[in-house]
Amino acid sequence: MGRVYIFTRFERLWHWIQAVLIIGMLLTGFEIHGSYHLLGFEQAHRVHTMTVWAFIGLWVFAMFWHLTTGEWRQYIPTMKNIDKIVRFYAVGIFKGEPHPFKPTRERKHNPMQAQTYLGVTVVVTPLLWLSGLAYLFYNELTAAGYRIDLGTIATVHTVGAFLMLAFLIGHIYLGTTGHTPLAHFRAMFTGWDDDH
Amino acid sequence: MQALKHILVALATVAMMGSAFSAADQKAGASDAALLRSTADHSKFKELQRPFQSGPEVTKACLTCHTEAARQIHQTQHWKWEYVNPGTGQTLGKRHVINNFCTSVSSNYKACASCHIGYGLDDKNFDFASQENVDCLVCHDATGKYKKPSGFSGHPVTKDTEFPPGSGKIVRGIDLQAIAQKVGKTRRETCGTCHFYGGGGDAVKHGDLDSSLDRPDKALDVHMDAEGNNFTCATCHKTEGHQVPGSRYAPTAMDKGGAHIRGKADSTNPATCQACHGQAPHSMAKLNDHTDKVACQTCHIPAFARGDMPTKMSWDWSTAGKRDAKGKPLVVTNDDGHVTYNGIKGDFVLEENVRPEYMWFNGSVKYTLMGDDIDKSRQPIAINTFEGGPDDGKSMIWPVKLFRGKQPFDPVHRTLVVTHLAGEDDTAYWKNMDWEKAIAAGMAAVGKPFSGKVDFVETVAMWPITHMVAPKEKALACNECHARGGRLDKVEGIYIPGRGGNRLVDTLGWLASAAILAGVLVHGLIRFVNRKH
Repeated sequence: MGRVYIFTRFERLWHWIQAVLIIGMLLTGFEIHGSYHLLGFEQAHRVHTMTVWAFIGLWVFAMFWHLTTGEWRQYIPTMKNIDKIVRFYAVGIFKGEPHPFKPTRERKHNPMQAQTYLGVTVVVTPLLWLSGLAYLFYNELTAAGYRIDLGTIATVHTVGAFLMLAFLIGHIYLGTTGHTPLAHFRAMFTGWDDDH
Repeated sequence: MQALKHILVALATVAMMGSAFSAADQKAGASDAALLRSTADHSKFKELQRPFQSGPEVTKACLTCHTEAARQIHQTQHWKWEYVNPGTGQTLGKRHVINNFCTSVSSNYKACASCHIGYGLDDKNFDFASQENVDCLVCHDATGKYKKPSGFSGHPVTKDTEFPPGSGKIVRGIDLQAIAQKVGKTRRETCGTCHFYGGGGDAVKHGDLDSSLDRPDKALDVHMDAEGNNFTCATCHKTEGHQVPGSRYAPTAMDKGGAHIRGKADSTNPATCQACHGQAPHSMAKLNDHTDKVACQTCHIPAFARGDMPTKMSWDWSTAGKRDAKGKPLVVTNDDGHVTYNGIKGDFVLEENVRPEYMWFNGSVKYTLMGDDIDKSRQPIAINTFEGGPDDGKSMIWPVKLFRGKQPFDPVHRTLVVTHLAGEDDTAYWKNMDWEKAIAAGMAAVGKPFSGKVDFVETVAMWPITHMVAPKEKALACNECHARGGRLDKVEGIYIPGRGGNRLVDTLGWLASAAILAGVLVHGLIRFVNRKH
């Protein structure tokens, strides 16, 4: 039986604020896209734009934190033992086998998890950011001589949003795969992982 | 903002003190008259202190002082009723175009010329070099009493006259001396004498111009608001030397210039929104991002015919000819008392608060003119076409009134026709209701052949919507256009967020999301079924 302090206060705060912002941006973003009506276009646009600035602010803090604490190393990808992780989620989990990865302060994420987070950070987020900022400053870009079709920008942004949605669904579900369905969620709130 | 408010309050205080002083000055002075804005009191001019028997007599008196006025007028569309479009080379103007209202002024001058700023325009032999036939009063009447009745070739009537002769109806004579002594600047009402009544009646033609603009409230027009800004037409259509800028034959569809300022030479059209408001009029930055593609009018004129006056939306001449039990042309009115069928005109559709159509427009308008080939299989025939598209760099999305018609044409010569409608002779359609005779007379008047065969063809005309600008609170909300099936649903070649994105990406995206959701639910279900405790 071990109880490990995995997530520091800043990390938890960062995670949950980010969760709220991302869910908010997905909800308002798909409304702006025309997928449904919830707040109305104007309100959705306003919330989406405000949220993105909050997100950028948060991101600056998070980057600073990761760089100064060296926590960025958590996301260095590795293939070592990844087969065991995949096998666990495909087979072992149904047989009640224990999770092959034991999180520690030094290595919080299993290899599959770390690579997913890295992918979200270096592929999905930049895709959304670049297309999103181009979307927001479309007229300024055009005025500066960058003639990019708004429809193309919007399509890239939509692709990014679907990738983020896919991640979110998987992420929330995998959150239920601790030793109890709520164990991971509790760890994310308290910082303590009491797996086993 | 606060500082601005202080300055405004200070200015208002100074202004109030100033007016108090001037009122005191006036009391002290001999005159109790309100301070005249003009330096001339026309009632004191001896040239005008005499009775006038006709319009040209008044004009001659005007020209004794305003020596260049007539020659200035001679250069205008108002006078010439002719405009050669430099872009298309087409000869346009009232003397040449055929529309789908009363179709043509040719052969109907006696009636139509009541809206000409001249006297005696009754056929193509009118002397367009005549100075005394310029009508000063129709634009400069300040009494509201000046009238140019239909049937008098643009002349006012100075003695009570029975018209039509033998009808027992009396056209009252007006006192030109009293009117001439009270002339002033143009007003909404003077311009409106013609422009509000185009198409044969109040509100009929334009949709955004009708007599509700004589004294509009703020909701109807934020600029012309009689209790507020109180703009006259000439406030925007800022005129020098009688050359009125702003024309629907060659409108300024896109104005990339800044606001006009005093002291800076600016030859561009002063009647555009941008000429005062510039390119970035909104405090919210994202709204300014629209001004490169969307005409101001598109959002700021949510509907036309908002002044409780219905505009004509379609006119079907092909149903004309019905008579009532007494043999008179049948007239049908709707619940509001507006005529929806007239035996001498056909069927009308009238609408109020009309949502415009929207289209790309670059300012170039191409007309279908007399002699242009009419292929009935391709109806509706465009009376005029607003040119432009999303990629020409010159077009904006504009609100437009589409006016649909069904009008006579010559199926043998395949051309639109001039119809002789108004007149006291046997060939006028409004008198005898005989198409063959009326068209034969109309075509003879313009020297064009007529086969004697009459058929009807559907036509559609475009009218730019640019007046009746609503207060900003009533401008279109985002979701009017940023939605599927919104106002700009049919406007092609532009990505509008919310109108629908890339179909493939959307389909794949939602399918993938659903598949992942289904996958994790199945995964979770298996876990639940296999759970140990």
